[in-house]
Amino acid sequence: MRDDIPTGIASEISGGAGVEQRHDSARKHVTGQARYIDDLPEPAGLLHVQLGLSARAHARILALDLDAVRSAPGVVAVFTAADIPGANDIGCMLRDDEPLFATDTVRYHGQPLFAVAAETRAQARFAVTRARIDYQDQEPVIDLTRARAAATRVWPPMTLARGDAAAAIAAAPRRLSGRLRIGGQEHFYLEGQIALAIPGEDDEVTVLSSTQHPSEVQHIVAHILNVADNAVTVEVRRMGGAFGGKETQANLFAAATALVAKATGRAAKLRPDRDDDMAITGKRHDFEVDYTVGFDDDGMIQGVSYLFAARCGFAADLSGPVTDRALFHCDNGYYYDAVTASSDPLMTNTVSNTAFRGFGGPQGMVAAERVIEEVAFALGLDPLTVRKRNFYGTTSRNVTPYHQVVEDNILPELVAELEHSADYAGRRAAIRAANAASPWLRRGIALTPVKFGIAFTATAYNQAGALIHIYKDGSIHLNHGGTEMGQGLYTKVAQIVAAEFQVDIERIRITATTTGKVPNTSATAASSGTDLNGKAAQQAAQTLKARLVAFAAASGGVSEDDVVFLPNRVRIGARETPFATLVSQAYLARVPLSATGFYRTPKIHWDRAVGHGRPFLYFVYGAAISEVTVDTLTGEYRVDRVDILHDCGRSLNPAIDRGQIEGGFVQGMGWLTTEELWWDSAGRLRTHAPSTYKIPACGDRPAVFNVRMIEGRPNREDTVFRSKAVGEPPLMLAISVLHALSDAIASVGDHRLCPRLDPPATPEAVLAAIESVRQRTGPPPEP
Amino acid sequence: MPTVTITVNGNTVSRAVEGRTLLVHFLREQLGLTGTHVGCDTSQCGACVVLVDGRSIKSCTMLAAQADGREVTTIEGLAAADGTLHPMQAAFRQHHGLQYGFCTPGMVMSAVELARTTPHLTEQAVRDGLEGNICRCTGYHNIVKAILAGAEAMQVEPVAQAAE
Repeated sequence: MRDDIPTGIASEISGGAGVEQRHDSARKHVTGQARYIDDLPEPAGLLHVQLGLSARAHARILALDLDAVRSAPGVVAVFTAADIPGANDIGCMLRDDEPLFATDTVRYHGQPLFAVAAETRAQARFAVTRARIDYQDQEPVIDLTRARAAATRVWPPMTLARGDAAAAIAAAPRRLSGRLRIGGQEHFYLEGQIALAIPGEDDEVTVLSSTQHPSEVQHIVAHILNVADNAVTVEVRRMGGAFGGKETQANLFAAATALVAKATGRAAKLRPDRDDDMAITGKRHDFEVDYTVGFDDDGMIQGVSYLFAARCGFAADLSGPVTDRALFHCDNGYYYDAVTASSDPLMTNTVSNTAFRGFGGPQGMVAAERVIEEVAFALGLDPLTVRKRNFYGTTSRNVTPYHQVVEDNILPELVAELEHSADYAGRRAAIRAANAASPWLRRGIALTPVKFGIAFTATAYNQAGALIHIYKDGSIHLNHGGTEMGQGLYTKVAQIVAAEFQVDIERIRITATTTGKVPNTSATAASSGTDLNGKAAQQAAQTLKARLVAFAAASGGVSEDDVVFLPNRVRIGARETPFATLVSQAYLARVPLSATGFYRTPKIHWDRAVGHGRPFLYFVYGAAISEVTVDTLTGEYRVDRVDILHDCGRSLNPAIDRGQIEGGFVQGMGWLTTEELWWDSAGRLRTHAPSTYKIPACGDRPAVFNVRMIEGRPNREDTVFRSKAVGEPPLMLAISVLHALSDAIASVGDHRLCPRLDPPATPEAVLAAIESVRQRTGPPPEP
Repeated sequence: MPTVTITVNGNTVSRAVEGRTLLVHFLREQLGLTGTHVGCDTSQCGACVVLVDGRSIKSCTMLAAQADGREVTTIEGLAAADGTLHPMQAAFRQHHGLQYGFCTPGMVMSAVELARTTPHLTEQAVRDGLEGNICRCTGYHNIVKAILAGAEAMQVEPVAQAAE
């Protein structure tokens, strides 16, 4: 058979599934040719839009005088709530709690009150400052202490329960309680929020939006304009970062530009200044977690209860599902014989907090790891020992607090492999010895695991569509509902399609996500982009392939089993035909060469009211060991070494997946260490620029950074080529940094006291924890 | 409005600009060179780095007028006329030194200057040299790898070109 292959045809395709295919836009990124929305040629007559923001966190608006705004140079139009033809609501839950423009009351500092459209961006920026607003101040609820006292919720709380936790805790030989505060996080996507709206005929409008959720932007814009969804087309080719910050937060900017475009008949663009972006948009939720745990002398947890109070901001946004997911991950990888976990999604006069990589899961996991640490210190055990003792089992001790059975647990083996390969025990002993001889510089080490559930907990979101055309020259046009934010989704889905057709990836044109091609899409979120859209695209490809097979079999006079797709060609009986030739023949024979694909995640279901179900199709596992050095005189520290072993199932693209692991880890490290959001008592965000809000820089990355993927562990579930989702789980590997810092701090008190180090562990927080441990244990050692 | 004359990527251009026009706006809006990005508006993120007379400059922190009579290289001017990538561009592509790519042009331009001005580039020198460029995706791991590889290729490249 090999003799029949014409020379010049490769025996393998380029860019199939499982290879380290480069990001599809890599060449364009390094040459500056990759276009983000602000880089596109501007339509003639483009108007520039800027937003006028509230200077109060909570106030009644007594007067909104915009005369000076209207008469400012270059201003074409000014818009308030009164100019909105439809509903003044951009909230993703459509609960009428998130206006595009505030009317009688402002509920957070930075809330938009009006928009200005001007000939230039500078004119628009100048004009918004001319507004005269009379406020009647109301008492703002800014922090969680006040929020808990006020007890106003943006969403109904949820409780997960299995067994009688109160009785188990009471009956346990030992018990302890505590409170943990977990900071929020600004997304700091490098490309800020942006939208460009182009008015069409009749009631139509096209919006280019930097969004993870084009279908929601479409729906919100239609809602604002009081038109049907079919009048609105939303498109996004790529985002310069999102991380959850463009799942719902793009709505506002898209709606404002669409409003301006339809009212003026001119294209309109809105790119807020970075400081405004940070003031206007929601962030990762900060939490206060109260915990009580009952355990035995071996450190086995017998019962545990959690209360997760979250600062949600002024509106619901995604706070319900986010706080739910915190509960879904309060077990991390640990079996609780009896558990009660409740959420408390609290209203505050701050930005409406939103999705951020992990979506509440990281906060749940940080709480779980704190409880483990408390138990370990209470018993004088290595926290890793307590972790391992409490891991889920495989055939027993395998039911989660939400009554899903953990069927794919690989954590014990994965952790054992990492512990051994990175010499946890040896290094820990060496660090203890070194610390004994080092009065001020103290080192610490910790291993923490990750178990993260994959699927949207809102079951309906677990669907996706794709559209593939094959043109008669054999070139392939690929479209699906997922959005590209750098994570490599477009590349991975193209690899899947290349593998299905057995064609080189270069034959496939990856096209921008648009509501006009694939409707009713879900947000690209919950790590599920490839799982959902990859399967949908695979199905579309399989539909087309089946048609080509049927055609080839009929025209070649062979059975369908004798039609085989080989690299860039098709074997029909004993004959081989190039892929493009078969396609052109199929066209002439009037075979339809366009197909949609659709996928719905199987097996999952969830009943929130009773806290029962299978919200996740499978779990992703991982573990990390971090090693740090802390200057106990200043609280400053560095991360010396990190070893990661992570589960990507059968990776679709090891290079892209490794990049997600490395990037997710460093982003998580930022959240838990240097990134501190600070609101003053008046509710003003004082960390509203990179000058005051510190995300990790190049020098902050671990000096030694070993990242490996666990091998030979394909997904047990029928995911696309048995891969696993990779977007969110690696972020939580960074919890090991927090615990390594804690370990170093604990050395100051001879490891007798749990430092109770709350994130973000800024140098100030580390120093405070050191002082606290010192005060609780007695005077410092002589130098 | 004053007129500035700047040589951008080898082409000398003269334009009338407002005195307050920043170099980045001049490049993006007047010349359509949109590979230079605006990330933070406050000269901190480094997405707008270009070379001015061979030195890396955050183009949002320099007036177009200050670049009058000088040579500016943007990300668009780095590759050869036939499309052959500059060794640093090739290294970023080869080593997956990018994810969402918004920071990439500034990173590449900073890296080119770093490689040119540091004879034996070390991992530590790259860490220190990139203090003014932030990336939110990659965790910097592949960026550092790419810069070290790109710098090495730049050492070899002049010889190869001379031999042609």
